[in-house]
Amino acid sequence: MTAKPKVAFYWLASCGGCEEAVVDLAEDLLGVADAVDIVFWPVALDSKRADVEAMEDGEILAAFVNGAVRTDEQEEMVHLLRRKARVMVAFGSCSHMGGIPGLANLWDKEAIFDRVYRTSPTTDNPDGVVPKTEYASNGHRVTLPGFHDTVRALDQVTTVDYVVPGCAPTPNIIAAAVGALLSGDLPPAGTVLAPDVALCSECDRRDTKPDDLTITEFKRPHQIIADEDTCLLAQGLLCLGPATRAGCGALCIGANMPCTGCFGPTSSVRDHGAKAAGAIASLVGADDPEEIERILSTIPDPIGTFYRYGLPHSLLVRKRQPAGATE
Amino acid sequence: MREPNGTPRIGVYVCHCGTNIASTVDVAAVRDAAESLPGVVLSRDYKYMCSDPGQELIKHDIAEFGLERVVVASCSPCLHEETFRGAVGEGGINPYFFQMVNIREHDSWVHRDIAAATAKANDLIRAAVRRVRFHEPLEPRRVPIDPRVMVVGGGIAGIHAALTLANAGKQVYLVEREPSIGGHMAMFDKTFPTLDCAACILTPKMTQVRAHPNIQIMTMSEVEEVSGFVGDYRVRVKHHPRFVIEDACVGCLECIDACVFRNGKTPDEFNLGLSKRKPIYIPFPQAVPQVVVIDPEACIEFRAGCRKKTCVEVCAERNAIDFQQEVTYDEVTVGAIILATGFQAFEASRLPQYGYGRLDAVYTALEVERLVNASGPTEGSIVLRDGSTPTSIGIIHCIGSRDKNTNEYCSRVCCMYSLKLAHLLKEKTDAEIYEFYIDMRTPGKGFEEFYNRVEEEGVHFIRGKVADVYPEAGNTGRVVLQAEDTLAGMVRKIPVDMVVLATGLEPQPDAEDVRRTFNITCGSGGFFTERHPKLAPVSTFTDGVFLAGACQGPKDIPDTVAQAGAAAAEALALIDAGHIELEPNTAFVVEERCSGCRTCVGMCPFSAISIVDGKAVINEVLCKGCGTCVAACPSGAIRQNLFEDEEIFEEILGVLTHV
Repeated sequence: MTAKPKVAFYWLASCGGCEEAVVDLAEDLLGVADAVDIVFWPVALDSKRADVEAMEDGEILAAFVNGAVRTDEQEEMVHLLRRKARVMVAFGSCSHMGGIPGLANLWDKEAIFDRVYRTSPTTDNPDGVVPKTEYASNGHRVTLPGFHDTVRALDQVTTVDYVVPGCAPTPNIIAAAVGALLSGDLPPAGTVLAPDVALCSECDRRDTKPDDLTITEFKRPHQIIADEDTCLLAQGLLCLGPATRAGCGALCIGANMPCTGCFGPTSSVRDHGAKAAGAIASLVGADDPEEIERILSTIPDPIGTFYRYGLPHSLLVRKRQPAGATE
Repeated sequence: MREPNGTPRIGVYVCHCGTNIASTVDVAAVRDAAESLPGVVLSRDYKYMCSDPGQELIKHDIAEFGLERVVVASCSPCLHEETFRGAVGEGGINPYFFQMVNIREHDSWVHRDIAAATAKANDLIRAAVRRVRFHEPLEPRRVPIDPRVMVVGGGIAGIHAALTLANAGKQVYLVEREPSIGGHMAMFDKTFPTLDCAACILTPKMTQVRAHPNIQIMTMSEVEEVSGFVGDYRVRVKHHPRFVIEDACVGCLECIDACVFRNGKTPDEFNLGLSKRKPIYIPFPQAVPQVVVIDPEACIEFRAGCRKKTCVEVCAERNAIDFQQEVTYDEVTVGAIILATGFQAFEASRLPQYGYGRLDAVYTALEVERLVNASGPTEGSIVLRDGSTPTSIGIIHCIGSRDKNTNEYCSRVCCMYSLKLAHLLKEKTDAEIYEFYIDMRTPGKGFEEFYNRVEEEGVHFIRGKVADVYPEAGNTGRVVLQAEDTLAGMVRKIPVDMVVLATGLEPQPDAEDVRRTFNITCGSGGFFTERHPKLAPVSTFTDGVFLAGACQGPKDIPDTVAQAGAAAAEALALIDAGHIELEPNTAFVVEERCSGCRTCVGMCPFSAISIVDGKAVINEVLCKGCGTCVAACPSGAIRQNLFEDEEIFEEILGVLTHV
C-alpha cells in the first residue's frame, strides 16, 4: 500500500464543479482510488493544511488544483502544494485561465466589496461593514484571508506542469490525464492535456459550415430553435468552437448549445478572446460602419462572451487600474 | 515562444540618405544607441547605404565580423529591401536574415523636432534588432511557368504583341471577339501625322499573324473564365458560332454573290451602318481570317428555313457552311496574359445639343474615317446622307472629353485625328473647314508641324466650344454651329453642310466584366490600371497579366504599338526565365493544428485557400502574403514567414520599451 503514489486535490476560487467532475468519473474513480493514495482532498476527506505541511517536499506525486487565485490563503496553499508535489496540475478553466471568477478583473477589490456588501439590492448592512483581514472581538483576534484586486490563473502564481482544461474537465480528459500521470508517459511540461487543435475538428457539424458564411444578426440560444445538424455559427449562434481547443467531443454542441470556450485556446494562440472575437468579427456581413455597429450590437456582452473563461490569462489581464494602485 | 537562434551577431547600419535623414535624425547618436543593444556587435552610419560602397560595407562586415543578422535603417523597404537582401545574400548569409527600418518616410520626412525624430529612430531600430534575432532562413519559392501566352484583343495592340512574342518563338493564342482581327485601326483611312495609309501598314501585320506558325487566332471568341495563377493560367474561351467552317472556307466569297439576298439589308458594322451588308459576308476585304460569317439574325435559313440554301450550293464540295454550329468552349493553359481589349468611341448621341442621330449632316469622326476610305461605303467620295458633297465642314473637338458631364480626361488622339480629317476632307472636297477646339494639343513627334501644315492648307481654327448645332433657317439642309470664339471674344454662328464630332475614347462597355475576369483593377474612368504609372506601365497588380493599348487609357497608334511591344517584352522576360521566383513571405497552414473551421477561406482576398480533406490548404503561388488569414485563424494554425508571432511581439516590445 505504501508504494501507491500520493495525490492531492485542492480548490481555490471555484464553484465546486471541478470536484463534481472528479466524482463524475463514476466507477473509474474507484480505479483511481485503487491506484493512488489520496492524501489531501478537503471537499471529500477530513485532512488539514497541517497534514500537508507535515509532508516531505516532493512527497506528493501530483496536486490537482482547481479554481483561480484571489486571496492570500489561496496563494499560500498554492505555494505549499507546489513544494510538496512533484507535478502541479491546473485543473479546470479557473486554474487554467482564471475562469468565471476572473471576470472580477473588470473591477477591483473596492468596487467588488462596495457592490457585494453595500449596494446590491438584497444587502442589509446599515453600518457598511466590509470584510477585514483582522478583527478583535471579545478579546479574540479573528482573521480572514486578504482579498486581491486581481484574480490570477494558477500559472500566474506558480509553475504549472500540466493543465487539464474544461469547465469542468470532461471525464475522458480527466481519465486520460490521470492515466498519463500514473504511466509516467507525459508530454513536455507546460502542456495542456487535450488535443492541440480547435473544436471544429471533432464537431459532427463542421462540413455544414459554408465557406462564405456571413452573419447579419447574432442569435442567442433562447431566441431560435436551432437545427440539430447544421453548424451553429451558420445559424447565427455565437459558437466559439473555431477558436477553442478540442477534447470535449463537442459535448455542448451535441446538446444543441454553442461552445462557450471553456477549453481555452490552442497553444499557438496568445489571447483566446481576441482570437475568438476576430474570427467572429470576420463573419459580419456588412461594409457600412453603421450596419456593422448594428450587427455587433447583437452580441450583448462581448467581454463575458469572448473572455468568459480567460480574462486573467489574456494580454490585458484586467481592467486598467488607476496609476499607483497596488495589488 | 521559440528562442532566438542562439544569440546571433547583429550589425546595424544607419543611412544618412545624404541629408534626407541626417538633417532631421542625429545619425551618430542613433548609431551609438544601436551599438548598446543586446546582440549588436557592430553599428555604423554611412552617407548612402544603397550605394555600391554602402552595400560593400555590409558584405565586408559579414565576412570580417561574422555578422549573422543585418539591420539597415534607411528608406522604405519598397525601394531598397531587395537591394540590401541582395547584399546580405552576397555577403554569405541568408538574405532573409535582414530587417529594414524606415527612418526616412516614417521619420525624418514627417518630423521636424530632431530630438523626437532621433528617439523615434532609436525605437524603430530597437524593434528591428529584437525582431531580426528570430528570423529564419528562407528561400524564394520557384514555380515553373508555361511558355505560352494569351493575347486578348486583336487590334493593333494585340497584333503587335502577338507577333513580337511569336517571333521570339513563343506560342500565342490571339483571342478576338469580332469575326476578324484588325480592330479600330482597320477602319481608319490614314494615320496622323505621317498620313500613312492605315490599311497599308496594318494588313501586312494581319497577314503575318495569319501565317505565323506560332499564333493561333481565335476569332468570334471571348474569354469566359480565368483560373490558376501566374505561370499557369487556365483560360476558358467561348467560341461563338460563325456558321462557316474556318478550315474549309477558302475565302472565295462566291457564297456572298450567291446569297438569295440580292442586296444587303443589314447595317454593315464595319462601315458603322453607312452601308448595308448581306446575311453572309466578310467584314472587310482584308479580313483575317479570310473566312465569311453568317449573321443568324439576318439569314432566312435561321428565321424561316430556306429551301434553296444557295450559299451551300455554291460552296459545293468545299462544304464550309454549317448551319448547325453551336457555341463551343476551349480551355487553354498559358503562363502570361496580355490584355489589349481596346476602347469604344464615345456615343455621340449622349450629347443631344450636337444633333447626332437627329441631323443628317452630323457624323462622328469614325464614320468620316469610313467615308474618306477608298474601301468605305462611298469608295472614298465624301457623299453626305442626302447625296450632296459638302462645301463647308465644321469639326468639333472634345466630344465626350474634357467635360465633367461626360469624361473629365483628355482623349489624347482627337486633336490630331481632327487635323488629319480636316486635311483629308480638304483634299477631297476643297470645302471650307472650321475646327472648333478648346486647346490644340499636339505634343508628339511631328504633331505641331502637322498642325502648321493643316493651318497653311487654309483650315480655319476657332478656339471655342460649340454650344449648339441646329438646322439653318429656310430648310437649306445646312446646320449652324454656334460657339463663343474665345480669342475673338464674340459668338460665332457658322452654317456648314457637314459636322464632324471628334468623339473621345472610352473603356469598352464590358471593361468591368473583363476586369473581374482577369482580377485586375480599373481607375475611376474605367480604364485598366497599370501597376505603377511610371515604373510598371504595362504590368497590373495581378502577376502575369499585362496591358497594351487603349484598354489602359486613350493613346494613339505609335504609343499603342510601343506599349504592346513593352507588354510582350515583359511577358517574354517572365516566361523566358522558365520559372518564377516568389517572395517567401507567404502564409502556411500547420496541418495538424487546423480544425477545418473555414474561417480563413472566405477571408482570403486572393482566393488562395481551399479546404481539402477537412484542412485548409493555401496555394502558395496565389498567396500574396497579406496576412489576413494568419490574423483570422482562430486557432493559430496559420503562420506566415517573416511575420511569425514572436517576430511581431518582439517588434512591438522593442518599440514600447522606451515608453
